[in-house]
Amino acid sequence: MSTFDQTTGQVAPIATAHQRGRGYDGHWALVWQKFLRHRLGVAGAIVVVLAYIVALIPEFLAPVTLEAYNPAYSYAPPQAIHWGRDTGEGWRFAPHVNAYKSEIDYNSGRRTFVEDPSQPIDIGLFVAGEPYRLLGLIPTDRHLFGPVTAGQPFFIAGADRLGRDILSRTIYGTRISMTIGLVGVTLSLVFGILIGGISGLFGGVVDNLIQRFIEFIQSVPSIPLWIGLAAAIPQSVPPLQVYFLITIILSVLGWTSLARVVRGRFLAMRNEDFVKAARLDGCGPVRIIFRHMLPSFLSHIIATVSLAIPGMILAETALSYLGIGLRTPIVSWGVLLQEAQNVRTIASAPWLLLPGGAVVIAVLALNFLGDGLRDAADPYSD
Amino acid sequence: MGSFMLRRIIYVIPALIAVSLISFLVIAIPPGDFITRTAELRAAQGDIMPLAEQEAMRRAYGLDLPIMVQYWNWISGVVTRGDFGYSFSFNLPVKDVIWPRLGLTILLSVASLLFIWVIAIPIGIYSAVRRYSAGDYLATFLGFLGLAIPNFLLALAVMYIAFAWFGMNVGGLFSPEYLEAPWSWGRVLDLLNHLWLPMIVLGTAGTASVIRVIRANLMDELHKPYVTAARAKGKGEFALLMKYPVRHALNPFVSGQNDIFVDIVSGGTIVAIVMGLQTTGPLLLDALRTQDMYMAASFILMLSVLVVIGTLLSDVLLAWLDPRIRYQQG
Amino acid sequence: MQTTDNLVEIRDLAITFAGSVDVVNGLDLDIPAGKTLCLVGESGCGKSVTAKAILQVIDHPGRVSGGSINLRQTDGSLLDIAATRSTSPVMRHVRGADIAMIHQEPMSFLSPLYTIGNQISEALTLHRKVSKKEARAEGIRMLEQVGMPDPERRYDSYTFQLSGGQRQRAMIAMALINQPRLLIADEPTTALDVTTQANILDLLAQLQRDSGMAVLFITHDLGVVAEIADEVAVMYLGRIVERGPVREVLENPKHPYTRGLLASMPRLDGDFKAPLKAIPGMVPPPALRPAGCPFHPRCEWAVAGLCNVMPVRDSDLGNDHMVACHAYGPQAAQITRTPLRPPAEAVAVAARKPAGTEPLLSVRDLHKHFPIRSGFFQRQVGAVRAVNDISLDIYPGETLGLVGESGCGKSTLGQTIVGLHRADGGSIRFADGANPPADLLTARGAEARRLRTDIRMIFQDPTGSLNPRMRVRDIIGEVLQVNGGHSPAEIEGRVQSLLSRVGLSPDYAERYPHAFSGGQRQRIAIARALASDPKLVIADEAVSALDVSVQTQIINMMKALQAEMGLTYLFVSHDLGVIANISDRVAVMYAGRIVEIGSTEAIFRNPRHPYTEALLAAIPGRGISKHRVRLPGHVPDPGQQLTGCPFADRCPYALPACRAVLPPLDGTPNHRFACIRADELQLRTVAGPPDLVTA
Repeated sequence: MSTFDQTTGQVAPIATAHQRGRGYDGHWALVWQKFLRHRLGVAGAIVVVLAYIVALIPEFLAPVTLEAYNPAYSYAPPQAIHWGRDTGEGWRFAPHVNAYKSEIDYNSGRRTFVEDPSQPIDIGLFVAGEPYRLLGLIPTDRHLFGPVTAGQPFFIAGADRLGRDILSRTIYGTRISMTIGLVGVTLSLVFGILIGGISGLFGGVVDNLIQRFIEFIQSVPSIPLWIGLAAAIPQSVPPLQVYFLITIILSVLGWTSLARVVRGRFLAMRNEDFVKAARLDGCGPVRIIFRHMLPSFLSHIIATVSLAIPGMILAETALSYLGIGLRTPIVSWGVLLQEAQNVRTIASAPWLLLPGGAVVIAVLALNFLGDGLRDAADPYSD
Repeated sequence: MGSFMLRRIIYVIPALIAVSLISFLVIAIPPGDFITRTAELRAAQGDIMPLAEQEAMRRAYGLDLPIMVQYWNWISGVVTRGDFGYSFSFNLPVKDVIWPRLGLTILLSVASLLFIWVIAIPIGIYSAVRRYSAGDYLATFLGFLGLAIPNFLLALAVMYIAFAWFGMNVGGLFSPEYLEAPWSWGRVLDLLNHLWLPMIVLGTAGTASVIRVIRANLMDELHKPYVTAARAKGKGEFALLMKYPVRHALNPFVSGQNDIFVDIVSGGTIVAIVMGLQTTGPLLLDALRTQDMYMAASFILMLSVLVVIGTLLSDVLLAWLDPRIRYQQG
Repeated sequence: MQTTDNLVEIRDLAITFAGSVDVVNGLDLDIPAGKTLCLVGESGCGKSVTAKAILQVIDHPGRVSGGSINLRQTDGSLLDIAATRSTSPVMRHVRGADIAMIHQEPMSFLSPLYTIGNQISEALTLHRKVSKKEARAEGIRMLEQVGMPDPERRYDSYTFQLSGGQRQRAMIAMALINQPRLLIADEPTTALDVTTQANILDLLAQLQRDSGMAVLFITHDLGVVAEIADEVAVMYLGRIVERGPVREVLENPKHPYTRGLLASMPRLDGDFKAPLKAIPGMVPPPALRPAGCPFHPRCEWAVAGLCNVMPVRDSDLGNDHMVACHAYGPQAAQITRTPLRPPAEAVAVAARKPAGTEPLLSVRDLHKHFPIRSGFFQRQVGAVRAVNDISLDIYPGETLGLVGESGCGKSTLGQTIVGLHRADGGSIRFADGANPPADLLTARGAEARRLRTDIRMIFQDPTGSLNPRMRVRDIIGEVLQVNGGHSPAEIEGRVQSLLSRVGLSPDYAERYPHAFSGGQRQRIAIARALASDPKLVIADEAVSALDVSVQTQIINMMKALQAEMGLTYLFVSHDLGVIANISDRVAVMYAGRIVEIGSTEAIFRNPRHPYTEALLAAIPGRGISKHRVRLPGHVPDPGQQLTGCPFADRCPYALPACRAVLPPLDGTPNHRFACIRADELQLRTVAGPPDLVTA
């Protein structure tokens, strides 16, 4: 244990056991180790990764396509999954749902659905269904799970007004909802780094003006402004352009907090001794920024970004819900929630809120992830 | 302190000018106006509006003038006469529509803020002091949930629960019999009776974030040297907690209240639309949809003014609380 | 010693952190009533946490895990603090009323949100029933007693409106308002300038004499010990290794650690250029406390099979002198004790500054003013005159020491020379003989690049100056990489040889800075400065952040490197002892100007400027018998324009004439000073016959 060397006398390198292990690890290795200790953060990371996988291949994961509808099953409640069936020779594993018999109550004009055990619909894995192109490339007709015979009614999360499968639509909605956050944050990041960098680099009057401007933007109530901007998009604009306009609208206000983080770090870092030392070494401004300053706060920026995504998702959901955000045929969780406009509809078909559940889970997971990353961003203080 | 206040108030003026400009331009710049929208609606009903008539209406409303002139006419009316222009769809001066709505908006926003404080401050303090206790974990979990549930979804859920479980048809700020009635005791009570649900819905997200802020700030403060110093003087634990760490944690908390207030005003728009409240939200959305220009611009302007005033108040409060700001900037 | 004389008796105290690590273990300590006991040791020895244990205010997750702390109460009974609940009323009464505490950083130990008056009278009202008015009157009286200027007004001031010395006075007033029987002072003067430190030490000594309270004074500075202590206890790794009356311990130290501390302390007696003897290594973290005698890995007496195996016991040497070392125990025969001061290890120091050589660096009329900006448009409303009209020469191969108190501009001067600030006026000429002379302020292109590699800097904080994201190799090699002309293999080889030169293993090149201790990081920082084979190295408080034993290691290494590589140093420091030891010549700065410059001998033995005299007189440990000069007030506001001598307001010899004209830097070429009364004043020095006699 003792590291004092009697022969050299002067110096006793004291690297202790745990220091020796850590000494060879770079910044990102330390960030990773610290992040792994944040259990909620890790859980959040797993959920987020899963969500993006869903966003990548919804065609494969959803039992039916986005457009599939069957008016006969308008507001059909979720089908119960039965895991096996009694064949007379004993219980056998055979997951299935039962078909619905629908009856119309003529007094209220409402349809009621009753399970019909005589018509089991078997559920299988990797079943054939409607054809599509996986990742837009590979033509296939396989779906992860679904009715063994394609086309049979299959609504394990219920159906909406037009008899569309809520589960499939929620899975498809993941693509837009999870990416609008990414696109919006990327835009914010570009604005934020640019403007925050200018502010931090030039200082003085420029900095002062930009700071006042940011304070001003932050003091404008965002949602009324978003509503105003979103309502200004004419109805005639094609849906895909609406998607991009909405992301731009969200980042118009979203860049400010990132710009503040960038500026603050820039200013703090400019006076760090190791940056001064780099100047004395003869490093030019480009080398100082990219080799010394940026790596030092990149982890902080990543954390801030991951904490900004949920805000974007929530904003998009709200705008779309109000009918001034995205519109069909583009499907996001917010667009899906438009179906749940009034209390009576929700009371008779609460499963319409399923996309809302997806929003909550995604936002929670991103928040946990962001918290974990923020704690890990500075691995030297523990 | 005096000069600090003065400078702070002077700073509000450019902010207000900018806010009014943005409010107006957001509505005025995009293509189309109230007349085109009306023509579209009428056309949909098979009633074609002749172009000459459209132009005549434009002239009558002053919509044919350059945008900056329209802005000047509008804002000078607002500032000098309290005249917010004319609402095309209501056929009324905007001020007749806006004031009662704004009053209720302020009431709801302030009530929500108070609700947040009453709930979140004690929980935040408890969470920080009893860190990693079961209560702390519960508060942290609820806090996260409050952040993750969108306002409108919570409003829907609350209304659903009230409707499905209790058979109540919640929504609005008044019972039908009081909706158009003049102010009376009964109307006030009726209002209070309806206010608490939107207040809770609106306050939830804020409560969650305030708990987080207080917990984090307080945990930083709990082990500061001056706490040790005060303990070494022989001060009792509770008095110590209140006089030093809590008091110190109050400053970042107060400076954060502005953002919370912005979120309340902002989020209130959507909650009001979902719950059908008689505040500014639903009218703003309608005005935007029908491009009822002065109405929409006035609403956005007044909501922003509300926030600017909130900012001013929190800054002044902060200066009052923190001698460092008082003496070093004032 | 009779136990009834002791106010506090600590027996077998153990303090545990985070469950398992004993920071303090088996500590026995008596605090005698009515005397000042100094607790000495390097950082990480457990001094502060022991003090906090006496008040039961150890921060979570630390706790007292064993032993007793017996406080003799006024009625003669004993209260075991270690067994008393931290939140109990008894304990609350002990705190503040019986035992009070002052700390190193009054800025962080006083709340900025309440006036100091509020916090002082709070201490009173917690323990005595008094009205608000009485509390205020008592608070003001107390402030007056601790020498606070204008106490009525200061009572309603906030901490950020006071100077460092005033804050410490406020904290002392707060501690003493209940007339405690024990005052615990935890490094109360470490953060202060030396002249302020002298004032505070005087104040504490006088208050102790007047009130007859006991003082437990924690410090790392043996000079302060000599100044203020009646008794000393030396602490190492959580236990007392030696204790006794102050003269006994300082003049006749027994424990190798005490001896090491004394030998590594720069001193102003005798030959202050004599090489210092460093204790090797550093204090290990408590988790790695060595078995047997915890000091044995760093001890030159250590005998394998004894010291690394067998726990030590206290040995009583008589005269109240106790030591915990095997060399004085039953196994003493096995150990060879070396004499206290061995024949000076010859660190080859060549005779420097051959007469008549060209200066390597000539600074002329250098100015550096920092604009004070205000308002939205950042208009300039004034300027901090950090460096004013400075001229000096640095000769090849010498060390010029630059000394002064905080805010005097010494660091700015160094940073301006090296190019971190752009000078506002003057010239800096660099002439190394091999290349044509160049002006640092106007050099461009290739010339600027050469100057950059010829003049290098070492920063004070070795943690902040090494980029935590880069490997040691890249940190040291960057200057070579950036300025071109070196292949990667050459750089690699150079880094390896530099690492071994600064006493580190070459395979450390692969590691990141966080793997190293403060001293090791400073070695890396020195290797970086030397990577480009510079001529001149500016060391900005390069050893100030280090513990005394590590500090001495670094000083010795820098001297050796200087001889080896023919370096020239500009050594900036506030520590007069360090400056005296390392410098050939010394420049004393005050308020942005040089007030005196000359050979080290001349400055320390024959000061001609009253400020130099005051600085020397303020060095602790010079003894109370000596001539005492104490400076009132503080350094003038650097934002304000002065006409006369900047020191006039604090100078005991000032005449009206001093305030009229700025005195020029006059004298002989080898000793110049800026004082119009220099010729008539008989200034005294304290550097001379030793105070701290050594065996």
